[in-house]
Amino acid sequence: MSETDDTLHQEDGAGADRAPGEDEPQSIAEQVRGYGIGLGLAAVLTLASFWALASGLIYGPAIPVALIALAVAQMGVHLVFFLHVTSGPDNTNNVLALAFGVLIVALVMVGTLWIMAHLDHNMMSMGDMIRMQR
Amino acid sequence: MFGKLSWQSIPWEEPIPLVAASVVLLIGAGVLAWVWRRGYVPYLWREWITSVDHKRIGIMYCIFAMVMLLRGFSDALLMRSQQAMAMGNEGYLPPDHYDQVFTAHGVIMIFFVAMPFMIGLMNFAVPLQLGVRDVAFPTLNNVSFWLTASGALLINISLVVGEFAKTGWVVYPPLSEIRFSPGVGVDYYLWALQISGVGTLLSGVNLVTTILKMRAPGMGYTRMPMFCWTTLATNLLIVAAFPILTATLAMLTLDRYLGFHFFTNELGGNAMMFVNLIWAWGHPEVYILVLPAFGVFSEVVSTFSGKPLFGYRSMIVATMVICLLSFMVWLHHFFTMGAGADVNGFFGVATMIIAVPTGVKVFNWIFTMYGGRIRFTTPMLYSVGFMCSFVIGGMTGVLLAVPPADFVLHNSLFLVAHFHNIVIPAVLFGAFAGYQYWFPKAFGFTLDEKWGKRGFWCWITGFYLAFMPLYILGLQGMTRRLQHYDVPEWQMYLWVAGIGALFIAAGIACQIIQLFVSIRNREALKDTTGDPWDGRSLEWVTTSPPPAFNFAVLPNVQGEEAYWSVKAEAKEKGELSKRPKYEAFEMPRNSPTGIVTAFFSTAIGFALIWHIWWLAIVGFFGAWATFVVFAWRDETEYEVSAEEARRLDDERRRAKAAMVGLPQDQIA
Repeated sequence: MSETDDTLHQEDGAGADRAPGEDEPQSIAEQVRGYGIGLGLAAVLTLASFWALASGLIYGPAIPVALIALAVAQMGVHLVFFLHVTSGPDNTNNVLALAFGVLIVALVMVGTLWIMAHLDHNMMSMGDMIRMQR
Repeated sequence: MFGKLSWQSIPWEEPIPLVAASVVLLIGAGVLAWVWRRGYVPYLWREWITSVDHKRIGIMYCIFAMVMLLRGFSDALLMRSQQAMAMGNEGYLPPDHYDQVFTAHGVIMIFFVAMPFMIGLMNFAVPLQLGVRDVAFPTLNNVSFWLTASGALLINISLVVGEFAKTGWVVYPPLSEIRFSPGVGVDYYLWALQISGVGTLLSGVNLVTTILKMRAPGMGYTRMPMFCWTTLATNLLIVAAFPILTATLAMLTLDRYLGFHFFTNELGGNAMMFVNLIWAWGHPEVYILVLPAFGVFSEVVSTFSGKPLFGYRSMIVATMVICLLSFMVWLHHFFTMGAGADVNGFFGVATMIIAVPTGVKVFNWIFTMYGGRIRFTTPMLYSVGFMCSFVIGGMTGVLLAVPPADFVLHNSLFLVAHFHNIVIPAVLFGAFAGYQYWFPKAFGFTLDEKWGKRGFWCWITGFYLAFMPLYILGLQGMTRRLQHYDVPEWQMYLWVAGIGALFIAAGIACQIIQLFVSIRNREALKDTTGDPWDGRSLEWVTTSPPPAFNFAVLPNVQGEEAYWSVKAEAKEKGELSKRPKYEAFEMPRNSPTGIVTAFFSTAIGFALIWHIWWLAIVGFFGAWATFVVFAWRDETEYEVSAEEARRLDDERRRAKAAMVGLPQDQIA
């Protein structure tokens, strides 16, 4: 925690008046380049997922796994190039906020799936139950 | 032209809501006329309604919560009197009206009393405790407040125009679906909560950002007062949980308005999913309410025991553990829905584990008091009353966390007694303690102790009388939300509970008298030092009431209990800290954005409830235009000159010198 403490009190340091997630002041050209790279990577990853499905080059049952991998990469590109989440020391809050968000979403989703699956099983209608026994 | 709205929408044949509404309207009109006659309107508009000062917004939140407490409590009186009477007869409230009353009671008490009271206290105290001049987004803060007020206005309109939901405060489908609730009641609920929910979410974002990004120099995380920590945890929960509520209510809205089938009985809808989702928000909500109260008690107990908070770091850990665990227990609200033993077992145990960090907190408060020189002022009485009562509520909670016990007790008055046993001693007493504790900081004079103590004793007596019988009734099998019953043995307990409600009414009366008496005696009760309680954190550094910018120079924090160490040093050395160098700085300008946005939001809400589509479009356009006007304004800040800062700081230093008994000549 001491690490973040030092970085947070930049009242008199350079660039103290920046919004969270804002980068060092950059020229327009540099910014455009950053977004350009991001856009290119995102487009490539999107096309790659369509290609993975259509080309037939990938072993059928592995396609969902490939899509998940591409989706995770896509999220990474968005986080880095568009939301400017980096590993730099001034970014600790953003990274922690992201981690907290992911954790909560995971808890709620996993919990919901688990609960609803059990409810589905236990509260099955009579018709479904008979059908299952056949 | 007016959608579903017609002359018949007003319940002409029901005297109670009509009389109540006329009384409210008369009082409201009277207050408005008085304000107008005295020429206070421009002052109110400039200094309060459009204010972006976190202290003023915090005070408005608290006043709003107290007014809504009267409304929610009058619902409680109706229910208690109905149940005391309705043994073997219908009582005086028809079922149709009674159902609206218990729904409105829950919704108002949670969303428009407990939430705004806590947000108000956080808004008021946190920037002062952090040693900064305002929250991160001051105008947004004002917008948040007015959106909350807009939601409350819609609920109060439902008293006379149409009806309110008859479904209970968490509007379970399929009852809340259009097929079983064809009226506008559920729609009032949905839009009121969506609009005020936006406000709550924005204040969550605001306060999280404030705490993470704006602290006085040297104010590290582990030097923040406990109240700032609990505020951080609370607002993280708000940011994480309120989107779930928004999404869940949006799905129910789609079901009701556009014929979707998320939660209906037919076409693949699943009402159990609604119950699951609403409690995934609802359980964190409980901690959103109680964590700031824990923070208030930490401040109060430490101040009035004259000791640093015992186990400060363990308190931080306990707070953050509660923050996380609160997202892992939501199923205990529907053990009986049929998820089975595995799932119930997991969530039952997770629920019991929450008692551990909570227990850590209770012991820390007790050890803070141990060996201290305790002053039993009103806020301290509320804190001690809280500790004694909350432990009972906590234990009945652990009992209810045992799934087999819950199968017996769910939906009974035992449950009602349990959660009131948490909400009243913890949340409400926390709010009252904070109100009494920070009042002198807000207005420059303390509240009358005699009437404050009377209020406390009425409240706590009333609480025990009103809710202990409900535990017994629950064990005897009385279910909640009964409009009438035919078991003669129950009636005696319900009479006792009704008398308890009257004691609480006396408590509220004492609090109102206290306010009047204190205002009348404000010269005698004046706080000249800015530190009436011998406080320990930074809000007591500045004057009471503080200047708009709080601190002429941001304090330099050297350790835990930032103010206490400075004060001790000044007393020891016999001199004030060195005069700082004053510099000019900028403060945000006031803005009417909040109230204008809220005006249009109310119009949108009302229009959507009554299907007046053109008005909804006008409202949307107006709200959008307000935002554009705000975004394009040129001057956003005004400058406070170094001389002005120096002049006000001189006053403060003079007061502090007098307080620690130093000669005045040091100042110049």
